[in-house]
Amino acid sequence: MPVTQAPFQTRNLAHDEAQEYVWTLNFGPQHPATHTTLRLVLKLDGERVLDAMPDIGYLHSGFEKLGEHLDYNQYVTVTDRMNYISPMANNVAWHLAVEKLLGLEITPRCKYVRMLVAELARISDHLLCCGAMGLDLGAFTVFLYAFYQRERIYDIFETLCGARFTNSYTRVGGVMHDITPQVVQKVREFVRTFPRTLADIERLLHRNRIFIDRTRGVGVLSKEDAINFGCSGPVARASGVTRDLRKDEPYLAYEELDFQVPCASEGDCLARYLVRIEEMKESLKLVDQIVENIPPGPVNLDMDQRVIIPGKDQVYQSIEGLITHFELIMWNRGLEVPCEECYHAIESPNGELGFYLVGDGTPRAYRARCRPPSFIHFALFPHLICGHTLSDVVAVLGSLNIIAAELDR
Amino acid sequence: MSDRPSYDEQLQQRLREAFPEYPLSTFRGQLRMVAPAAELMSTMRRLKEEFGFDMLVDVTCVDYLHYRGAKDRFGLVYLLADTENNRRLTVRVYLNEPELTVPSMYPLWKAADWLEREVWDMFGIRFAGHPDHRRILLPEEFTAHPLRKDYPLQGRGERHNFPVLTRPES
Repeated sequence: MPVTQAPFQTRNLAHDEAQEYVWTLNFGPQHPATHTTLRLVLKLDGERVLDAMPDIGYLHSGFEKLGEHLDYNQYVTVTDRMNYISPMANNVAWHLAVEKLLGLEITPRCKYVRMLVAELARISDHLLCCGAMGLDLGAFTVFLYAFYQRERIYDIFETLCGARFTNSYTRVGGVMHDITPQVVQKVREFVRTFPRTLADIERLLHRNRIFIDRTRGVGVLSKEDAINFGCSGPVARASGVTRDLRKDEPYLAYEELDFQVPCASEGDCLARYLVRIEEMKESLKLVDQIVENIPPGPVNLDMDQRVIIPGKDQVYQSIEGLITHFELIMWNRGLEVPCEECYHAIESPNGELGFYLVGDGTPRAYRARCRPPSFIHFALFPHLICGHTLSDVVAVLGSLNIIAAELDR
Repeated sequence: MSDRPSYDEQLQQRLREAFPEYPLSTFRGQLRMVAPAAELMSTMRRLKEEFGFDMLVDVTCVDYLHYRGAKDRFGLVYLLADTENNRRLTVRVYLNEPELTVPSMYPLWKAADWLEREVWDMFGIRFAGHPDHRRILLPEEFTAHPLRKDYPLQGRGERHNFPVLTRPES
């Protein structure tokens, strides 16, 4: 590779050179308000942003290439590191896609357990987004309240699977550990006490003049643009796109649950924030329904189907368990995968998170494409920020909830 | 996991009538269509305007270099969605070297902007008419397209040949 230092190219350099008063400001890649490693090159006229050019790739770590070299169970550890704010949702998305490719139907109990962790992940992701948005706009206390509750969700996950941050909880055909009474008790405790924090956050922000002034009417996205740019999740719903994959393409057992999809029509930063707050309330309702209605029965598929890695008790004490374990772990054996391609998406906290998988008969994916919502939403950024002031950059960035690890993969 | 009934027969029938020579297939409830590269733009325009596929969900590519039984080198994948009636369609285009150029979908969907830049970056497929045809994730001076199957996992020494500035030089 030649070691030339190519200058960062701007899109319309010739146009900008004519205006000598235009300032170029480099924002990031290391900046507290970008939260993660992403860079923006802003063209400023005074304080007004004329053009913004996102420069991404600082966290590119070749996850999709790795997906072609790790097997379907190993890769779940990599999905943790994509959107590390809500790793459980990524785990669920990955293994639902794998199970769709394999044509497996998981057990009812497993569906409920996966929904439980996915909804808790949604609450935790929205808490971070709303808290950090408050932090960037000068409301420090909200961030602390939000993080305290995130801590409690981490505690639930730790009780459930032993890991707090990178959970790697799901497996092909099941999950790592079944849910225990301690987890149920902690979740009930969370459901009981969380609304108070939510009310505190609302009291701190919803009538906060500074917060409202800095978010209302800033970064407006119309419904047509939201669809045209491929937006999904809270960003699209704040612009009036009534699309939620939990309702529209129900996966797991969302059809059996009662919940609503909050939408707004303004499409500004405030609307995106409010949609997230309302979604947390709906998710809390969902968590309550799920945890009280977890069906009995096994959480994993039967060992005879040769997809789930048997537990150690079965491996050490039965010949079938030993053979199944051997068959699944040896690098040239493993799952029987059709030579086919499929796409499966879930409604992750940030939007539509999908995996496009190509199976070639081996236990490793031939191609593991991740459709990251942050990538799609960050492409919007120049469209949203142009014409606003420099101080609005952090408001728009916070409302889009860009996670650079997912952005760059 | 359920095979969803929303991919109704009606859409399949309409697609068959509109594009009689394009192969149509279904796998796990997903409708897929293969379009020739030369007619991609007109096909996509019709899909958007007549069939109501108003959202481009994803653009990606698969390198079939080592794929058993594959006849073509690259397969581009366009995932379309209809947000009104809630249907999905996968459109695929097969490409072979040296003709690795397809028209850009930017005029139809702005979502194509970054997605197509990523495909160019990772696979080296050109999109004619793209307004900002640069690499997106890798540095501009990178020479390879790393998601191609002939690119090794460990790279080709890029990580060891970084220019290092010493303290006196800086």
